[in-house]
Amino acid sequence: METLLALVTGAMVAISVYLLLQRDLVRKIIGVVILSNGIHLLIFAVGRMTRAASPLIPSGEKYPPEVVANPLSQALILTAIVIGFGLLAFSLVLIYRLHESYQSADADVLIEATLGDE
Amino acid sequence: MSAHLLLILPLIIPFVAAVAALLFARWPTVQKGINIASMGGILAASLGLLSRITEQGIQVTTIGDWPVPFGIVFVVDHLSVVMLIVSAIIGVAVAVYAVPDVDDARVRFGFYPFFNLLMIGINGAFLTGDLFNLYVWFEVMLISSFVLIVLGNTDEQLAGAVKYVVINLVSSLLFLSGVGLVYGMTGTLNMAELSLALSEVGQPGLVTVVAMLFLISFGIKAALFPLFFWLPASYHTPPASVSAFFAGLLTKVGVYALFRVFTLLFTQDVGYTHTLLLWGAGLTMVTGVLGAAVQNDFRRVLSFHIVSQIGYMIMGLALYTPLAILGGVFYIVHHIIVKANLFLVSGVAKRLRGSFRLKSLQGLYAYHPWLATLFIIPAFSLAGFPPLSGFWAKLILTIAGIETGAYWIVAVAVAVGLFTMFSMTKIWVKAFLPGGGGEMADAVSSMGLGTRVMYVPIAGLAALTIMISVFAGPVYDLAERSADELYNSSEYVEAVLNHEESAADAGPRPGVDGRPGRVHAR
Repeated sequence: METLLALVTGAMVAISVYLLLQRDLVRKIIGVVILSNGIHLLIFAVGRMTRAASPLIPSGEKYPPEVVANPLSQALILTAIVIGFGLLAFSLVLIYRLHESYQSADADVLIEATLGDE
Repeated sequence: MSAHLLLILPLIIPFVAAVAALLFARWPTVQKGINIASMGGILAASLGLLSRITEQGIQVTTIGDWPVPFGIVFVVDHLSVVMLIVSAIIGVAVAVYAVPDVDDARVRFGFYPFFNLLMIGINGAFLTGDLFNLYVWFEVMLISSFVLIVLGNTDEQLAGAVKYVVINLVSSLLFLSGVGLVYGMTGTLNMAELSLALSEVGQPGLVTVVAMLFLISFGIKAALFPLFFWLPASYHTPPASVSAFFAGLLTKVGVYALFRVFTLLFTQDVGYTHTLLLWGAGLTMVTGVLGAAVQNDFRRVLSFHIVSQIGYMIMGLALYTPLAILGGVFYIVHHIIVKANLFLVSGVAKRLRGSFRLKSLQGLYAYHPWLATLFIIPAFSLAGFPPLSGFWAKLILTIAGIETGAYWIVAVAVAVGLFTMFSMTKIWVKAFLPGGGGEMADAVSSMGLGTRVMYVPIAGLAALTIMISVFAGPVYDLAERSADELYNSSEYVEAVLNHEESAADAGPRPGVDGRPGRVHAR
């Protein structure tokens, strides 16, 4: 299972690198999204995947009675998803505003527009 | 006051201030007052922390009282406290400067709440002792800085911001994958525990690979060669208060993270990682200073110099001797104060003459000799003119370089110092001395009250620069203590792992199956 996840992660990172190298800003952002999801899968995989009980500790006990799935990597991913979502929302609005100002979401157009000031 | 409360005060104060500023969204004057009070409060709390750790050594607190290797810890050692104090000083200076500088439209759209949120992110990054938590603070810092850099909504700001946003998103994701891999190898995210665990990982090659992920990620944030292009493309766009704050602090949080990670965690293969850092440092210095030479905009010149100066700090880290690290820490302190001040000066120049272009500024000296004087102090200090603070910082690094026999980096550092001098002279000649043109007379602008207020933080920071220059002793001692703690990381590790609450529940625990293998032995 870990091997499969590793391959999926690798494929997602490869796709995202391709998208990040595009001139179009929307594609770049999609690349960032895919990269972040790939990395979430990576964290999931390095946390070791087990088919086991939920990580619940009965009241009065200090440790779970049996082997449980790793809750920490899930907590890390959850945090990262929330953060990534906020950043994605911001980036989309930013690109929308850029498109309004420059009538383009092409990185080259932006670079030329900023060089024009000098 | 209990140590635990004191440790989290630098986070609580700006948090409360951010909420309060939101409540007073329609009263800009009240917000300005809240902001100054908040920054002053952080400074006071940081100074309190300094006196606490000089008496009692490294301070540790566990958040939510979870025992040490499980919960999030906040740790304050000398490096953290020095960074906290310096950033609070810049916070106070920029808070005063922003009163006339930031217009009401920006204030209405939340300048002050986000300014405080940014401060939370910065302070959190300095305080935390947990790797994933460091990632979270970086994101807090990042999202606030995104908002501040676009606030005002001018086309130029948006175009600058998009570069800043995209590259920083990628950098954070690299950091996150590094965190994930470290967790996979060791099963812990507590930095003190990691410091021990990483040296026990059977495959040193893998650790070095992960170290490279961190190097690239923090290298982007610190604007290290060849990852610095976003910085000069974006830092000159927002108002002077924002760019001064960013220039002084944000890249330095990246430098702080590099210092922390490459002294505490990744010291297994110093010959490889730190040699790479040294090359990075040398190239950063050279490219930054050469980039500055062709620029004709006040803030663009200064932006390239940030890049160049980052090289000196990383040089201190890369040489990896106690003296070199000391020099690096001293350089960070000196640089933050001086660089923020130069950006503040550029903002006043813009206000007086309506432009950041060096050409349209010419002749400032004739009408505003005080501004010229206040420019000269940080500018000469930046270039390393004796006896100003930059000279001491460069001197320590030079001696450290010669001691380790890394002569080429010393030669580069000295040559770059000369070029920095050239750049600062260029600004002086073009912006401050009269040019040949006859358009001088119409440009005599009267100084409003607002501009006079802006002089206060500039003069304050210049006075501080002179203080550090003349009485370099206390700063040197602090930097020396920081360097000792960084170089002998066992002190940090012991302080965290032997934290009293952790002792209560330190018995061996049955393996949670997900937790990769290691059971912590104490």
